[in-house]
Amino acid sequence: MQPIPQTENQVMRKEPTLGLGQFIRSLTAIIWKDMAAELRSRELLSAMLVFALLVILIFNFSLELDAQARTTVTSGVLWATFAFAGTLGLNRSMAMEKDRGCLDGLLLAPVDRSAIYFGKAIGNLIFMLIVEAIVLPVYSVLYSVNLFKPGLLLVILLGSIGYVAVGTLLSTMAVQTRTRDVLLPILLFPLVIPVLIAAVKGSTGFLQGAASEDILPWINLLIVYDVIFVAAAFMVFDYIVEE
Amino acid sequence: MEPKPRLLAILDIVTILLFITAVGMVFLYAPLEAVMGQVQRVFYFHVANAWVGMLGFLVAAISGVAFLRKGDRKWDIAGMAAVEISFVFFFIAIVSGSIWARGSWGTWWTWDPRLTTAAIVELVYAAYLMLRQGIDDPDRRARFGAVYAILSFISVPLTFISIRIFRTIHPVIIGGGAAGAEGSFDMTPKMLQTFMFSLLTFSFIFADLLWHRIRLGKLADKTENLRLKVLQ
Repeated sequence: MQPIPQTENQVMRKEPTLGLGQFIRSLTAIIWKDMAAELRSRELLSAMLVFALLVILIFNFSLELDAQARTTVTSGVLWATFAFAGTLGLNRSMAMEKDRGCLDGLLLAPVDRSAIYFGKAIGNLIFMLIVEAIVLPVYSVLYSVNLFKPGLLLVILLGSIGYVAVGTLLSTMAVQTRTRDVLLPILLFPLVIPVLIAAVKGSTGFLQGAASEDILPWINLLIVYDVIFVAAAFMVFDYIVEE
Repeated sequence: MEPKPRLLAILDIVTILLFITAVGMVFLYAPLEAVMGQVQRVFYFHVANAWVGMLGFLVAAISGVAFLRKGDRKWDIAGMAAVEISFVFFFIAIVSGSIWARGSWGTWWTWDPRLTTAAIVELVYAAYLMLRQGIDDPDRRARFGAVYAILSFISVPLTFISIRIFRTIHPVIIGGGAAGAEGSFDMTPKMLQTFMFSLLTFSFIFADLLWHRIRLGKLADKTENLRLKVLQ
């Protein structure tokens, strides 16, 4: 009588990995997998980068980025660029998992589902930060604006975290639909508007050297958004990958 | 096929009567506003429409949580029904608000927190419907719909707060006026009665339509099952 429930327990157990060490090991394994795949193919980063530069080019002509305009619209141009390039990366990163049946493999692996979410999210965040780390100096050189202010970098980091937290979740949803590539921006942009507003306002504040009490509300809003959405994504991710 | 429930038939009639009364009250009972004139009469149904539009948002999020917890199909149908109804009503609220704004602000649209948030809510509804349209498997469609409803329910208040930090010109009729609001006015008792009655009427319309839509959703489920059975 005893053996049956026991074996059932072993089969049914969804989270054999209760220890923090195991969680971190599976997390780093997933991140490492993404990095290794990217190092070999370089298709995701190169696409995001070229796309980001093209967006800046288009803004250059459509907005007439002369010295006068640059002081006010720089952060807007940067964030629009990051947002557009970001969707490209998020879409590609998840489509890769889906196309080659990799997502099913990941789900079969005896790791916590949240480790998969955080692994993918951190991988996406790294890609996004790399793109930003290249776009910022290029933009600085092209338009001779000094973008290397610690406050601005903090805003960019916080904004990217919020963007990627929601983006990873929604791209996991979008790849499982019929209209996958078109759907991600439509789902994502209405939900990340708080991040974009706060990030643009915060960045403009730092670029124009505004007083810290004017910038602080935006930083706080970014932190609140990041915390809430990382928690929410953590809670609902199970339902998105469940089969 | 089960017949239309008696209570639903009664609710239909009550709703129609309420609506006719509400229209009568708006045009005949409520006094003419001194500064804005006739265009102020839009206000009663505008707020009531917006109320129904937001109500659907709440219902969809609650149904989403209930569906994810219980896994019962009826919650999915309820969430979908609420979003479909609110999508239409919110659109009416935006259009009627535009008509009012033209009369009293002199512009069809301004990027004020409420207007912007309203536009984003409408886009969220559209995204929700498009998401559902792109998924064939009913179970997955229900899960994704529930998750998206919950996420947007968290995000939209943050959007509102973030835009609110700019100054608003939208009048706050209920619960204190914002500094610098244009087109604000004090309601006379008759206005307040008309306003409250419109809110009540539109709540009835929402409940009635929701019930009809849930019933339709259940029937659609049934026909889908029958079709699959015949095909097998």
